Amino acid sequence: MTHAATTLPHGSGAHAGHHDEHHDDGSKTVIGFWIYLMSDLLIFSVLFATFAVLSKATAGGPTGKELFDLSFVLGETMLLLVSSFTFGMAMLNMHAGKKGGVMGWLMVTFLFGLGFIVMEVYEFHHLISIGAGPDRSAYLSAFFTLIGTHGLHVSFGLIWIIVMLDMIRRHGLDGINKRRLSCLSLFWHFLDVVWICVFTFIYLMGAI
Amino acid sequence: MFGKLSLEAIPFHDPIVMATLAAVTLGGIALLGAITYLGKRKYLWTEWFTNVDHKRIGVMYIIVALIMLLRGFADAIMMRGQQAVAVGDSMGYLPPHHYDQIFTAHGVIMIFFMAMPFITGLMNLVVPLQIGARDVAFPFLNSLSFWLFAVGVVLLMLSLFVGEFAATGWLAYPPLSGLEGSPGVGVDYYIWALQISGLGTTLSGINFIVTILRMRTKGMNLMKMPVFTWTALITNILIVAAFPVLAGTLALLTVDRYLDMHFFTNDLGGNVMMYVNLIWIWGHPEVYILILPCFGAFSEIIATYSKKPLFGYKAMVYATAAIGVLSFLVWLHHFFTMGAGANVNAFFGIATMIISIPTGVKVFNWLFTMYRGRVEMTTPVLWTIGFMVTFVIGGMTGVLMAIPGVSFVLHNSLFLVAHFHNVIIGGVVFGCIAAMTYWFPKAFGFKLNERLGKYAFWCWFIGFYMTFMPMYLLGLKGMTRRINHIEDPTWQPYLTTAFVGVCLIALGIGFMALQLYVSIRDRKQNLDVTGDPWGGRTLEWAIASPAPFYNFAHDPKVDHLDQHWENKENGTAYARPTHYEDIHMPRNTGAGVIIGLFGLLMCFGLVWHIWWLAIGGFVGMILSFIVRAYDRDVDYYVPAKEVERIDSAHLASIQKAV
Repeated sequence: MTHAATTLPHGSGAHAGHHDEHHDDGSKTVIGFWIYLMSDLLIFSVLFATFAVLSKATAGGPTGKELFDLSFVLGETMLLLVSSFTFGMAMLNMHAGKKGGVMGWLMVTFLFGLGFIVMEVYEFHHLISIGAGPDRSAYLSAFFTLIGTHGLHVSFGLIWIIVMLDMIRRHGLDGINKRRLSCLSLFWHFLDVVWICVFTFIYLMGAI
Repeated sequence: MFGKLSLEAIPFHDPIVMATLAAVTLGGIALLGAITYLGKRKYLWTEWFTNVDHKRIGVMYIIVALIMLLRGFADAIMMRGQQAVAVGDSMGYLPPHHYDQIFTAHGVIMIFFMAMPFITGLMNLVVPLQIGARDVAFPFLNSLSFWLFAVGVVLLMLSLFVGEFAATGWLAYPPLSGLEGSPGVGVDYYIWALQISGLGTTLSGINFIVTILRMRTKGMNLMKMPVFTWTALITNILIVAAFPVLAGTLALLTVDRYLDMHFFTNDLGGNVMMYVNLIWIWGHPEVYILILPCFGAFSEIIATYSKKPLFGYKAMVYATAAIGVLSFLVWLHHFFTMGAGANVNAFFGIATMIISIPTGVKVFNWLFTMYRGRVEMTTPVLWTIGFMVTFVIGGMTGVLMAIPGVSFVLHNSLFLVAHFHNVIIGGVVFGCIAAMTYWFPKAFGFKLNERLGKYAFWCWFIGFYMTFMPMYLLGLKGMTRRINHIEDPTWQPYLTTAFVGVCLIALGIGFMALQLYVSIRDRKQNLDVTGDPWGGRTLEWAIASPAPFYNFAHDPKVDHLDQHWENKENGTAYARPTHYEDIHMPRNTGAGVIIGLFGLLMCFGLVWHIWWLAIGGFVGMILSFIVRAYDRDVDYYVPAKEVERIDSAHLASIQKAV
């Protein structure tokens, strides 16, 4: 992602007549967004740490081994991973200045992200309906909270994609939109990285 | 429809609360009336509430901090009063449940809503000026941070009159803070007030890191950065690293309370000590978040009034950074009694003691700065010397308690209470007041009254020792914290002394209020016409007081640590620039206020389980943020002519003064 961070466009065209070093060329925003992501990562670290502490605290309830359907989760994971790839395509189109390409790939990304959320909601619903809800044990509380927090983040990403699509439709690929797309791209890939940890530490290690 | 909320939530039966409510309501109506009568409503809205100028936001933070100091202090004096009289047969005047809320509110207010906004306000006011920037990196975000923080304040004040506040102690340990231990709304108020103001704090932490890393003026590399800005940088790094942990921890407590989960419950696998660990992983860095900017302010003050460069600038920077790192390695010393085992306790005990080394380095640096300097005994210097004496004592009792064996004896005793007040009052409160006195002219253009400031200092200083030295002794005698009724009558003389001490502090606060009043009344006599009233060393003193809204007419160049001092020595300090340029500035916006209002509705709905209100508030927050994102008219240019006019007036007034 350093590519997107370093090849940022210069400020909006509205003030073309002015040369001013205090004008944000977008790099400040991207650095700020990186720092935000790091702080968000710390929230996930808290959740991962609590999950580690509580991973045996099933209180006589079901364990991960009994609950997880790995092939289902693999499908979920693939949706998210592919969505990261499609977002990468959107960014390549952005650098090539192709507005239509960006919007098209963003829509594809949206659909994959939505599919991921739908699968997750289905999984939650299924678990709760068989009596393995978050109130059953500390282990399940930690499971639902960690996965749910990630899911909430993805949902915010989906809202952001919709808003972004409308902004690009209105204003095209100008400096502001490129800056925001770069941040959204960071956000989306960040969620992917977190999910890989979720898949590894919660599902895979829980299933063995 | 209204969830758990009904008319019974208002404590009609409690005369103390109802009298406060009456006073607040009447005061509020009077204030609103006065503002309307003076025709200042528009002024307040455009010049303050919607203003994104970092100096205005800083001043608003500090005003809120001072108001909350009054509220937190009212809690303090009530507690001291209760403990002074509730001995033997007397039960005092505060029933236990009310008393529990008071000590909780006192801690929460003083840390989150007094000390935090005070240092955030100071950083807002000073950092961009010290690094020669026009504003912070994200001015709108800065305004949003302030209003999110303000929502926390409103929620906390609301809890006094509608419902109740947490009665759990300021860190709300479960299982007491869980649903079974605290079924009421008190803990919910606590959670949401901290969550929303904590979000504001995290955002402003990000803002300041980017500001300091990316917006320094030409030539100012990191090792030419004023020491206050250095401490601000480290503090903001700590904020961004620690506050997410607080948010996460409180979120886990929230789902325990709202969704019947079992993170910290006694049954079904919950683990109470996990909460205590997590909250202190935030909590210990938090105390350094508070103290580091104060260290920075003391450094600036002592160098300025000693007329010498700061002794050991580099050592100061490295010491600050070292404290920043170490602050994450000591959290367990808050609960050695958990029983983590001898080796773990030894590690955290030693790590704690090591922190006193960089802190000691700082103290020696301040002393050597004063050594052979021409020290002017102004109010800020008095606070600084008072701090050095007091903080060293507090540090030593801290090192004492870092020995796990000693901690087992003193855990949760008044010795501990005396220790942390020793460092927080002696360090943070003294530091904030010193810094406020020092930078006041830069914000308002006139100086604070010296004589009343000195009266305030002596009252605070003596009052502090009278209040807390007896508490050390009581701690050694075995008195625990947070008790509503004293069984042992031999403790009473100490508690009475402490009460007299706290009354002296009240007198000190009175003098501070009087000082503000007199200084504003006599401001014409105390005008700061040069912009450099103390013979300052750093860039903020190179510009007019009050600082013009664009800060610097042209970007200053830096090749020395004390650039303004160097410029004055060379005679280049007030050179007239050959030409002026248009200045790019952010436009004001009401979006921060609106998002904050929706946030308030959301939190209030969540506290009282009024789900439609909570959802509405949440959606409102998101939508108003999106609407703001569509606003592309967010900046403007100040014409060069206007800059020239303002700057020429300043240069002329300097010439007249010299």
